[in-house]
Amino acid sequence: MDPDLVAPVVPWDLVLSEDELVSLASLCDVIIPADQHSPAASALGAHDFINEWVSAPYEGNERDLTLVRGGLAWLNTESHRRFDAPFALLGAGQKAELCDEICYAPRAAPGLEAQARFFDKVRDLTSTAFWTTEEGMADLGFVGNRPMATFEGPPPEVLQRLGLT
Amino acid sequence: MMPWQDDPDVIVVGSGAGGGMAAYVLACSGVKVLLLEAGRDYDPVTETPMFQLPKDAPLRAAGTSDKPFGFYDATVDGGWSVPGEPYTSAEGTNFMWWRSRMLGGRTNHWGRISLRMGEYDFKPYSRDGLGFDWPMTYDDLAPWYDKTEMLVGVYGTNEGLENTPDSGPEVLQPPPAPRAYELLTKKTCDGLDIPVIPAHLAILTERQAAERLSNRLWPDNGLARRVTRESMASRAACFWATPCGRGCSIKANFQSPTVCLPPALATGNLRIVTNAMVREVTVDAGGRANGVHYIDRETRTDRFASAGVVVLAASACESARILLNSRSSSFPDGLGNGSGLVGRYLMDTVGAGVSGQIPALENLPRHPEEGASAMHLYMPWWLYGEQARGALDFARGYHVEFGGGQRMPGYGAFSGLEPLTEGAYGQRFKEECRRYYGSFMYFDGRGEMIPNDDSYCEIDPDVVDQWGIPVLKFHWEWSDHELNQAVHMQETFAEIIDAMGGQVLSTVQTDGARAIAAPGQIIHEVGCTRMGDSASNSVLNQYCQSWEVPNLFVMDGGPFVSNADKNPTLSIMAIAWRSSEYLVEQLATGGLS
Ligand SMILES: Cc1cc2nc3c(=O)[nH]c(=O)nc-3n(C[C@H](O)[C@H](O)[C@H](O)COP(=O)(O)OP(=O)(O)OC[C@H]3O[C@@H](n4cnc5c(N)ncnc54)[C@H](O)[C@@H]3O)c2cc1C
Ligand code: SF4
Repeated sequence: MDPDLVAPVVPWDLVLSEDELVSLASLCDVIIPADQHSPAASALGAHDFINEWVSAPYEGNERDLTLVRGGLAWLNTESHRRFDAPFALLGAGQKAELCDEICYAPRAAPGLEAQARFFDKVRDLTSTAFWTTEEGMADLGFVGNRPMATFEGPPPEVLQRLGLT
Repeated sequence: MMPWQDDPDVIVVGSGAGGGMAAYVLACSGVKVLLLEAGRDYDPVTETPMFQLPKDAPLRAAGTSDKPFGFYDATVDGGWSVPGEPYTSAEGTNFMWWRSRMLGGRTNHWGRISLRMGEYDFKPYSRDGLGFDWPMTYDDLAPWYDKTEMLVGVYGTNEGLENTPDSGPEVLQPPPAPRAYELLTKKTCDGLDIPVIPAHLAILTERQAAERLSNRLWPDNGLARRVTRESMASRAACFWATPCGRGCSIKANFQSPTVCLPPALATGNLRIVTNAMVREVTVDAGGRANGVHYIDRETRTDRFASAGVVVLAASACESARILLNSRSSSFPDGLGNGSGLVGRYLMDTVGAGVSGQIPALENLPRHPEEGASAMHLYMPWWLYGEQARGALDFARGYHVEFGGGQRMPGYGAFSGLEPLTEGAYGQRFKEECRRYYGSFMYFDGRGEMIPNDDSYCEIDPDVVDQWGIPVLKFHWEWSDHELNQAVHMQETFAEIIDAMGGQVLSTVQTDGARAIAAPGQIIHEVGCTRMGDSASNSVLNQYCQSWEVPNLFVMDGGPFVSNADKNPTLSIMAIAWRSSEYLVEQLATGGLS
């Protein structure tokens, strides 16, 4: 493969539907909500990145498409069954009730293993999407990717914290 | 610019570490060189995505099957597979062969780790009765290590440690300041008696002293001095910001197309033809090499180029492939293969790693940690004494490469937090990400593999590539020395992480076959056309010259007799330089015709 590295493009079509993206955006924001330091994940396009990810023509991504679609369908079915509304329109407590059941595989009930894998996949993809944006990097305090005349090593307060002085 | 039109004196095949260095030394010495490169033309100055963010690339620049080391990696049309250019493996062999199809080959994205082989490394058989000795000593090669380091620009220090040679005076660039996690590791390892010292990497930490170095490199050759000085003066020092694996548009790290080829072209003695896939070397009635056949990849037509000398530097396995495919009535088993050793004693490096999370590094005040992108410190092998006493169940050493820090977040930077945070999401997850940022570390061992009879490549008679060239078939076996070493690596790294107060995140294997990386995966492909002291036990003499065809040379990793834990590329270049000087002398005295 010899793509233009200086001006990259995404060469494949995006496959998730409008409805799926609405549910996904809502889940992304449950995973990374807004706070005083930075916006919520969907405000930085996390759901669009996940769409790009699951639409990619590679084996692993194709598997993730099935996982994510199946997981979103389960979330909405369960939302309707319990609360008579789609996931995106649930209240915070209702969303948490569902997510708590699948957010940690070792504690997921039997029968919810796939849903737990789905949740962890979306958590990983959301965190990748979020923290790689300018806003995410600023929130982390990442200070690189700009030229410096010298490299000084860690500042004194870091050395002190590590007991290296 | 076409400097000359008649036949070249020498054809060099391949423009990577070995071929780039051969072309530089030969062109500087007044030899007319035609360089044939299978890949496309490539210019790091205009094509390197220096500051592009992961978010600007597809999939946040994650690795895929067609860009295995990520979107921005400086590999064109390559990786573990090259479209239309397959290779095969014997049953039970999972050899992985990394290739790229671009001017400069794998020097565009290599890790820049540049360690000298030591005196033990040239005479391993004499020390422990395993493997084979080189036909030269460390002292024989040392002057060319100095020259290579001066041209390339290598940072590091002279520590005077066992089998870890010092460079000559005023050869090395100053090492960069260590990072926080590197200092913490050093402090921990001091307590474990594991040495942690400045790494040696082919990166300029300050501008090269162009005048002084070019005078030292070429005291009696005005042309070479001038082109070298001008090339050095055009290189900037590292600005501590961008990943070396993408290449370096300011020429601060070593790539053949920024360091070897520009001065060689400036002599007027080098002509480069890209998209030239060499299939075989031809011989005249007297059994001397007289040229090469290559496929022009753009028109898919066969071309012939003639020359008085042929230097193969297409990578260890590919050069062996070309020789094995060069059959004639004088050389029915492949050119220069009277010993039957072409393709034999293929080696890679033993690799095994462990990752960990270090609480002491959580929530550290933010500060620049990218530095020279790769490691500033490393651990040379330290248990020579134990090995000599027979206290270890493997015969040869490894060094340790380690990393971590507050790096630019990329794909997967916060993946895998589920077990560490018991499935956190929401505000708590956001805070856990901030807390864990910069607290992950990895340790990778890079160890010596002892050559064996069962690790080799040969021509697969049943398969050809899209150019109609028969392909290679790989065979592989590890011995217990490698497998036990891989276990020792993982146990040691777990011990270090533990001593740092951290938790090990990956599985520490007790079965070497599970610990060790796949053969080829460390991408230190050497051997296949080894040098030696007689035509019966080797393919080449110590100057990389074929015993049987005196005007044929191999100057990549192929001539390696052993594969010390030291990453091979610096040695490939030093040996190519030394051998090219020999070639020039032989040309002058008529020794090749
Ligand atoms: C990710 C990565 C990290 C690495 N890190 C390090 C490191 O830190 N330190 C280290 O010492 N080494 C490292 N290496 C290994 C290093 O890249 C190689 O040792 C070195 O490039 C080998 O030089 P070479 O000249 O043999 O081959 P290459 O540099 O690969 O050059 C061979 C050239 O020949 C061309 N070619 C191939 N076949 C033909 C043909 N039939 N006709 C014409 N041209 C042909 C190729 O296209 C290529 O351009 C690393 C490699 C990789 C991939
Ligand atoms: S870290 Fe330095 S040498 Fe490496 S690419 Fe960036 S500027 Fe160049």
